[in-house]
Amino acid sequence: MMSPAGSRFERLLNLPWIWAYLAAITVWLATIFYTTGQGSAQILSAALSFATFSVIVGIGQMYVITLGPGNVDLSIPATMTFAGAVSMKIIDTNNAMILPGLAIAIGCGAAVGIFNYGLIRALRIPPIIATLSSSFLVQSAAIAYGRGIKIKPPPMLADFTTWRIADIPVLAICVMALAAVMSLVLHRTVFGRSVTAIGQNQRAAELAGIPVNFIRFATYVQSAVLAALCGFLLSGFSGGASLNMGAEYLLASIAVVVIGGTSVAGGFSNVSGLWGAAMFMFLLVTMLNTFGLSAGFRLILTGLIIVCVITLAGGRRRI
Amino acid sequence: MAELLNPRLLRNLLPAFSLTVLLVLIFYLQPRAMSYFGLNLLLNLALPIAFATLAQMCVMAVNDLDLGIGAFVGFVACVGATFLRDTPALGVLILAGCVVAYAALGFLIHIRNLPSIVVTLGMSFVWLGLALLVLPTPGGKAPDWIRAVMTWKTPLFPFTIYASVVVALVVHLVLMRSSYGTVLRGAGGNPVSVERAGWSLLKAKMTMYAMAGLFGILSGVSLIGLTTSADANIALRYTLLSIAGAILGGSEFVGGRISPIGAVIGATTLTLAGSFLSFLRISPDWQIGAQGGILIVVLALRVLINRSEKR
Repeated sequence: MMSPAGSRFERLLNLPWIWAYLAAITVWLATIFYTTGQGSAQILSAALSFATFSVIVGIGQMYVITLGPGNVDLSIPATMTFAGAVSMKIIDTNNAMILPGLAIAIGCGAAVGIFNYGLIRALRIPPIIATLSSSFLVQSAAIAYGRGIKIKPPPMLADFTTWRIADIPVLAICVMALAAVMSLVLHRTVFGRSVTAIGQNQRAAELAGIPVNFIRFATYVQSAVLAALCGFLLSGFSGGASLNMGAEYLLASIAVVVIGGTSVAGGFSNVSGLWGAAMFMFLLVTMLNTFGLSAGFRLILTGLIIVCVITLAGGRRRI
Repeated sequence: MAELLNPRLLRNLLPAFSLTVLLVLIFYLQPRAMSYFGLNLLLNLALPIAFATLAQMCVMAVNDLDLGIGAFVGFVACVGATFLRDTPALGVLILAGCVVAYAALGFLIHIRNLPSIVVTLGMSFVWLGLALLVLPTPGGKAPDWIRAVMTWKTPLFPFTIYASVVVALVVHLVLMRSSYGTVLRGAGGNPVSVERAGWSLLKAKMTMYAMAGLFGILSGVSLIGLTTSADANIALRYTLLSIAGAILGGSEFVGGRISPIGAVIGATTLTLAGSFLSFLRISPDWQIGAQGGILIVVLALRVLINRSEKR
């Protein structure tokens, strides 16, 4: 017989997303131990700010990965860049144009998503290849449209995305609310359950009467729209839309999903882990920076730790 | 005549067909390209991309994807422009270590049943970091013998063409014609039956990853032979190019269906896409877009062929 406390502890460890938070806390503790507590709150605050963007794209990517093996959206960085460039150029630092700009960014995302799924369906190619080919086109369009200049955001958007109340970034709170909603959608709505069902067994889902094509279509559009939203917000946060602003989010979007405890085989996912994983990724880089390592060592350790985490987590959660 | 329209044959000919169309268009737009010098310029960078594509194809054969190959090629280029020149023995040792590291990746991915995308994306950071340690700022110098090989003035056609043909044929013989090559491809096509037949899937996967490492090394080494100096970021775009090249060449993403000859042709097609645009006087901004466009067109043609097969 196990004591109730022990079994509760064990149940906690069996939660798929708990490891991401444990890893994030460990890395944070290691950092403040090294700085003897200095700046511990600022580090957390910065981590919240930066994690926000990984979480936005992570949510979209997570839904896509949940659809089952071979489903990954590789067009996220290109979509972010494209939506950021187009919306910032149209807004043209004019506060009054922020909402139309947001609508345009989301429109860009929806267009990319529709195009992605159109390719998957019409050419019957694996989503990885479809989103890869379309990302070439979208990236090119962004380059041709943005002309390589950093396009400045309107002041109000810049203020909003960097707004903090008592050191807590407001945007992070908004995205936490978004994550909570998306978590409800995943676990409690027909749409979310359908996504999970398709990931567990597409054939069975089809026979059970789930409109598989429509659900997959909606999932890819959703991922692209979230990427566009992220590109829009990131343009405000980082002082403008630049051509390589999406680059690091390809790894980030996939890594936060996997480290967050979502099964890469699909059909089993959770939203809560995204935040833990995104915080972990940022705190890890902060820790390595604090230790004063050179860029080379920092990259090597980041890579090795990602590989280690996936090695430890991936085998355990195989269904 | 009926045999000519055989869908399988058509599918195999598709890569060569797309390359021919592109070449004809280029020669039509710029007849002067149809010379030794012109071809040399056009195809200059085809060989490193072809090697990277073959590396990607090896990983694809066992149903995986290598998102770190570009960073790896960059690392090899950095080692090539430093250690391989100054202390050749150490340089060769490091490169041999790279092949072992790739085999170890295959081991890890197979044993723990890991998603190759995440592992190789993580490894891309490792390679990039290592490259920065070896060569913090762009520079170094390629060993003279590599330079000599890569700029060898061969008779009739440029060296790249001969090298591509030889490489394509050799890899074709090894993977498509040898008995163990069939087992290797079977490991991607039908792992269960390959395992039941007594072959080790682990060994097959490690072999394929080791081969990917080897081709990655060839890509990096041939690249510095052309550029003479190296930079950690020199080949980052090879990751996506190699996937596109392999797919263009008729490799499929799952099922162990690969084509080494097609991969080399696909890589060459992508290399030419950029020149084609500049001959059309379209801004180089659209270069990657054109590569994506070609990819989509070829995939669409393949769908048409497959559809005719079903009829």
